[in-house]
Amino acid sequence: MLGKTANGLYWMYRYMERAENAARLIETGQRIALTRLNQTDKEWASVLRSGDCLQGYTATHDEMSRDLAVDWMLRSKDNPSSVVSSINAARLNARLVRTAITGEVWEAVNSAYMTLKKALGRKVSERELPSVLRLIRHHAALVRGVTHGTMLRNEIYDFARLGTFLERADNTARILDVKYYVLLPSARSVGSSIDNVQWESILRSVSARGGFRMEYGAGGGPREIADFLILDKRMPRSLAFCAGELSTNLGFLAKGGDVGQASRNKVRALENGLLSKSIDDIFRHGLHEFLQTTLKDLTAISRQIEEEFRFYA
Amino acid sequence: MWGRDAGLREPYRNFHAWFDQEDPKRLRAKNREAEDLFRLTGITFNVYGRSEAEERLIPFDIIPRIISGSEWAKLSRGIDQRVRAINAFLHDIYHTQEIVKAGRIPKEMIAQNEAFLPHMIGVDVPGGVYTHIVGIDLVRTGPGEFFVLEDNARTPSGVSYMLENRETMLQMFPELFSKNRVQPVQHYPIDLRRSLAACAPKAAGANPTVAVLTPGIYNSAYFEHAFLADQMGVELVEGHDLRVVDGRVAMRTTHGYKAIDVLYRRVDDDFLDPLNFNPESQLGVPGIMDVYRAGGITIANAPGTGISDDKAIYSYMPEIVEFYTGERPLLQNVPTHRCSEPDALAYVLDNLEDLVVKEVHGSGGYGMLIGPTATRKDLAAFRRKLKARPKNYIAQPTLSLSTVPIFAQKGLAPRHVDLRPFVLVSPDGIKITPGGLTRVALKKGSLVVNSSQGGGTKDTWVLEE
Repeated sequence: MLGKTANGLYWMYRYMERAENAARLIETGQRIALTRLNQTDKEWASVLRSGDCLQGYTATHDEMSRDLAVDWMLRSKDNPSSVVSSINAARLNARLVRTAITGEVWEAVNSAYMTLKKALGRKVSERELPSVLRLIRHHAALVRGVTHGTMLRNEIYDFARLGTFLERADNTARILDVKYYVLLPSARSVGSSIDNVQWESILRSVSARGGFRMEYGAGGGPREIADFLILDKRMPRSLAFCAGELSTNLGFLAKGGDVGQASRNKVRALENGLLSKSIDDIFRHGLHEFLQTTLKDLTAISRQIEEEFRFYA
Repeated sequence: MWGRDAGLREPYRNFHAWFDQEDPKRLRAKNREAEDLFRLTGITFNVYGRSEAEERLIPFDIIPRIISGSEWAKLSRGIDQRVRAINAFLHDIYHTQEIVKAGRIPKEMIAQNEAFLPHMIGVDVPGGVYTHIVGIDLVRTGPGEFFVLEDNARTPSGVSYMLENRETMLQMFPELFSKNRVQPVQHYPIDLRRSLAACAPKAAGANPTVAVLTPGIYNSAYFEHAFLADQMGVELVEGHDLRVVDGRVAMRTTHGYKAIDVLYRRVDDDFLDPLNFNPESQLGVPGIMDVYRAGGITIANAPGTGISDDKAIYSYMPEIVEFYTGERPLLQNVPTHRCSEPDALAYVLDNLEDLVVKEVHGSGGYGMLIGPTATRKDLAAFRRKLKARPKNYIAQPTLSLSTVPIFAQKGLAPRHVDLRPFVLVSPDGIKITPGGLTRVALKKGSLVVNSSQGGGTKDTWVLEE
């Protein structure tokens, strides 16, 4: 397989995942804004930070508002992580790797691009927002579905999975880090309705609300939420789950050769770090510090993969 | 569809009966459906220098162009003969130039031709094949009567439309294919892969590695490059994926460099190798020509084949066919006036209103004059151009092309078409896919079928005999 193709697959799936995550973050932000329990401006700033696009926003905007923040995350071509930018990049990469993906996967990506180009062609009003966000999630789900249902389980698939789970782990870690203060033990005693909304929003932004309720019923506080999103291997957006997937797919790629061993070792270190800790250990050593280290590790793993599998040269 | 005596032509009989019973509204909806299908599949072409929004569709017309089995058989024999002659010609002019020695072609037509590639002199190409893929442009003027307009012997494009047009028709009107016995075209990609593999160099193993070289995602034909690589199940590579490693051209894979045996390149000669040709090229592979000359790789089509489809050489095609095959040419050449010759130039200037004038190295239907429809201003401009650089032009009479119907606003309407069948050449023989690309001038009365100038395409049916 060509290094260029591995690169294209990896980024195509990273960008698809990113578009979906952005839609989910906007949805969460909108919900919190509607509850009016909080200072909206501050809330949108934290949504933008979770989406890793606050810097770009403040550099180009003088004020913080719902409309501008949503537009920046959804439609701005100046924001490389906006839904529009991500879908464009995903499709560009899909065209590059057209020979590696099945016709059905290509059609799903192309159809996502065509539909969303139309839906996001002009400003999305508050009223249309829910249906547009649903459309984004549906298209992302479609791509994931045909990928699962039509692609051979070979190295092509492995690179697709690496892209998906690196992006997802990065996203989950970022969301937790932006909100880490509401999960700290000191905040637990407060237990105000504001905190409840914040906890809820964390769960929503990683589509974990249903799963969490199924597991903990009406109970469960910040400690359990953190445990669920960091260490629970059953939760498909948790850090432990993502690390496990990365480790599995790198295991296939590195089988019987030298190429891939360094990436695999880095992912194993991340995975073992997660498996050997309890959530209380993590809180004891500092949640913020832990998440910062994890984000750095993910970046290093991505670099190692790009280099080891000759993405560029 | 209709013959000269206005009767329905035999091959269209079945189709016409079906068409008569169809509701035009349903057909119109189907036409739109076809366009949506093309967009979704991504069968688009890029317009150079435009933004990503400029991915265009080539208009598709749902009325098939139908050719009878017997007419096709006759046409195939002519194509086979012509392609054999082209390969023999290329071998000859890059070796001993017998045809020049025999006085059949003037020496300067070769030596001073821009398309002649001195790097190819004395090179023995793998399997003796120069033109692995040829797309000969033809027009039909009457029953069994075809003229060759152009021999595309470099890197002919459009085969993806032949395949996707058929696929679209099969999806939209399956019933038509149970009523008509249409010869299939779907095996083309497999034939292509086999044909390319059969031309592998000696350096190759038992199972040659084939790859398609594309200039990249922004090239106007990128869709076709990706489509063919996908359908053949081979890698689609760009120049920066390749380098010369241990005397072979190799591609950068996730697990190191892997040698390529046959490269189906969709990059022009000039950009193929910055060390040997255009030093500015980013699209090629430095040193590939040296590997090629040493027998380390097959390049398809071979570099330097442009000399055989040059418009000035075209006028010698009847002589070329006779010289190498010893047979009379089965396909007709459009009589061509070479403006480099003083008598011819005088004739052309006197009869400009009745002639088509083309640039010798032009393509895509640009830079040509169609006398009968040209304005007085155009004619005057071309007179000046002809006098200034006569060598640059050839002129041909306008042919009375046969037409086929399209599905227009008010029902069926006749339009001019051409036909590009695709031919594969390997040491195992010549293979012609029954069908091809039919391009149609959608504007009433127009003779220009190029997609860049308002042309469309149709499915092309060759019926079983």
